Amino acid sequence: MSEYLQAERAQEWREVQRKSMKNKDRTAIPRVKMPEVNPEVRSHTYDEVNLGLTEALALEESHRCLDCVDPTCITGCPVEINIPKFIKNIERGNYPEAARTLKETSALPAVCGRVCPQERQCESQCFYTLKLKKEPVAIGHLERFAADYERNSGHISIPATAAANGIKIAVVGSGPAGLAFAGDMVKLGYDVTVFEALHELGGVLRYGIPEFRLPNEIVDIEIDGLRKMGVKFETNCIVGKTISQEDLKEEGFSGIFVGSGAGLPNFMNIPGENLIGIMSCNEYLTRVNLMQAADPESDTPVYKGKRVAVIGGGNTAMDAVRTARRLGAEKAMIVYRRSEEEMPARVEEIKHAKEEGIDFFTLHNPIRYEGDERGRVQRMLLQRMQLGEPDQSGRRRPVAIEGDTLWLEVDEVIVSVGVSPNPLIPQTFSGMEVTAWGTIVVNNDTMQTADEMIFAGGDIVRGGATVILAMGDGRKAAKSMHAHLTHPL
Amino acid sequence: MNKIIAKENFSEKVVRFEVEAPLIAKSRKAGHFVIVRIGKKGERVPYTIAAANPQTGTITLVIQRVGRSSEKICQLEVGDYITDMVGPLGKATHIENFGTVVCAGGGVGVAPMLPIIEAMKKAGNRVISVLAARSKELVILEEQVARYSDEVIIMTDDGSYGEKGLITHGVEKVIQREKVDLCVTIGPAIMMKFVAQLTKKYEVPTLASLNTIMVDGTGMCGACRVTVGGKTKFVCIDGPEFDAHQVDFDEMLMRLKAYN
Repeated sequence: MSEYLQAERAQEWREVQRKSMKNKDRTAIPRVKMPEVNPEVRSHTYDEVNLGLTEALALEESHRCLDCVDPTCITGCPVEINIPKFIKNIERGNYPEAARTLKETSALPAVCGRVCPQERQCESQCFYTLKLKKEPVAIGHLERFAADYERNSGHISIPATAAANGIKIAVVGSGPAGLAFAGDMVKLGYDVTVFEALHELGGVLRYGIPEFRLPNEIVDIEIDGLRKMGVKFETNCIVGKTISQEDLKEEGFSGIFVGSGAGLPNFMNIPGENLIGIMSCNEYLTRVNLMQAADPESDTPVYKGKRVAVIGGGNTAMDAVRTARRLGAEKAMIVYRRSEEEMPARVEEIKHAKEEGIDFFTLHNPIRYEGDERGRVQRMLLQRMQLGEPDQSGRRRPVAIEGDTLWLEVDEVIVSVGVSPNPLIPQTFSGMEVTAWGTIVVNNDTMQTADEMIFAGGDIVRGGATVILAMGDGRKAAKSMHAHLTHPL
Repeated sequence: MNKIIAKENFSEKVVRFEVEAPLIAKSRKAGHFVIVRIGKKGERVPYTIAAANPQTGTITLVIQRVGRSSEKICQLEVGDYITDMVGPLGKATHIENFGTVVCAGGGVGVAPMLPIIEAMKKAGNRVISVLAARSKELVILEEQVARYSDEVIIMTDDGSYGEKGLITHGVEKVIQREKVDLCVTIGPAIMMKFVAQLTKKYEVPTLASLNTIMVDGTGMCGACRVTVGGKTKFVCIDGPEFDAHQVDFDEMLMRLKAYN
């Protein structure tokens, strides 16, 4: 890999770009700011909040990248995008080539440019962050710019694929893990079919992440790209239910990749949690995103609470609370048992939520709900918390302040306290090893399960992580399944 | 897209459909359900499978007009397509030779009961089916039920057919008369609640097949949650059948009205 990177870096055009500006001048440029829709306006619409960089902003930002000899940024990327190459392509104005560079290793660049936590990945390993102690190159914003530019140009490049080898591969789930896997396998010439349980493709990209953060159209176009590369998709098909593991073997599938996700919401098991108006973040977001329940023409209903509490501090909690705001909540609240510092949500999501008028009840934990005579939630009892010693996750443990509670009036509660692996595959597949938590056990280097024909990745292995980590798993699994099929041990 | 092969109006309110779904027809077992969606703006609604024919690759659904979504399906005709159908979902009914099994089906609940009656009979049980409806026109599938039942008792609210009275009267009569090893009940939640109360009194183990609000049907959303034995369960993946004596029917009845 690094030989390839060095060869790419040694190309004449790269040298020309490097010499076109002194590093001193490059590092003097301040980091670009992502243009955003005004918070007051956007908290009433589903339009995307981040507008994307203009060409001028992207060009300016691209000049900050030093095209380092040792591009440490790439080590921070789960799918190993050739970051300097795509940024220098932007710098020389060759945007289509920048987009093609992204697609060398990423099946979903327009998605990643929007939802990846770059501040914890590539940008955290940028030379600016590590050595200059300055704000990193805005790699994520540039990634989105290149992917959007190509899409808006109407000339979407389809990555080259190897000659068809006729080997059939099944993918369980069309979320980020499955799509990344499918993209890499189809490039290698495999005959790939993706099976999806829902009626729409994309997994969490479709049912989970809201329109204002990731428009459905972007997901459609990226999936369409995979389809053009030859990937086949079957919706409304649950592997393990509609078709069995044996059926797949009988139909000649030589390998299976399981990316069925973490589709089982956790509840807190506290009194009153089954009252009407209390639901999981999965249910709430699925109604709004997948079923488009906010559209008056949609048959699927959704609560439009006026006083909405979202329990949790992750990205999904932020998505839910910002959705509630857009559905007309006068008071939309985050209730989180630790302090803001421990919140797992991206800094950008917390910032956006605050700008949109979301109230934060940190160091509060619900312990009971009460409803009216029809069983609709009316109020919640919150326990005040303080931070104690760090726990296994390294975050300071929240401890109840004995006797310090308060009642809060609510008419809708969205529980966003994590998800567990979907049990359907572990229950219906034989030959794999499953942990007590329901995750599938894999070899971490190869993503291979105890059944040598089955590989797995994403949340069904990790138990709840990010889009890009799932995609990284998919790529790793594709590489090792290809190795296994071509050189079996 | 699943093509409608046959349609039969059981009554003004109840329609039987035979739908092309070869993979589901092959893999389904008694007790399984499907999720159905009509049109691009349609909602996802669960229906228990009433019958399946792996040879013709079709499954049978019996649907009662109760709201917007069921109305949409009932308006479809032979040759039309169901936009989306996925399944089979849920856990299959546990079938074995229990001895004597009373199958208590109310209204349209008789349809999903039919495959259970058949499977219980084939497993060697003495099967007594108690079918209940408001009036004669609403009694469905009597002939098919009779084929696999040792005895069929019909109860109607108005006495227009069979005996006059509630389903619990029919079930109680059997329990008082002979030893019953298992009762299975499917029907409106309120009916199942009273059947459960009755059989608890006589200590007859009872299974109830619950039909709650669902969205995805695969464990993803938790809209279908019910309290069973003090614990929260998901009807879609832990059920749809549960120990009726442990089900909190009052909470279930309340949650069914969530969007009314």
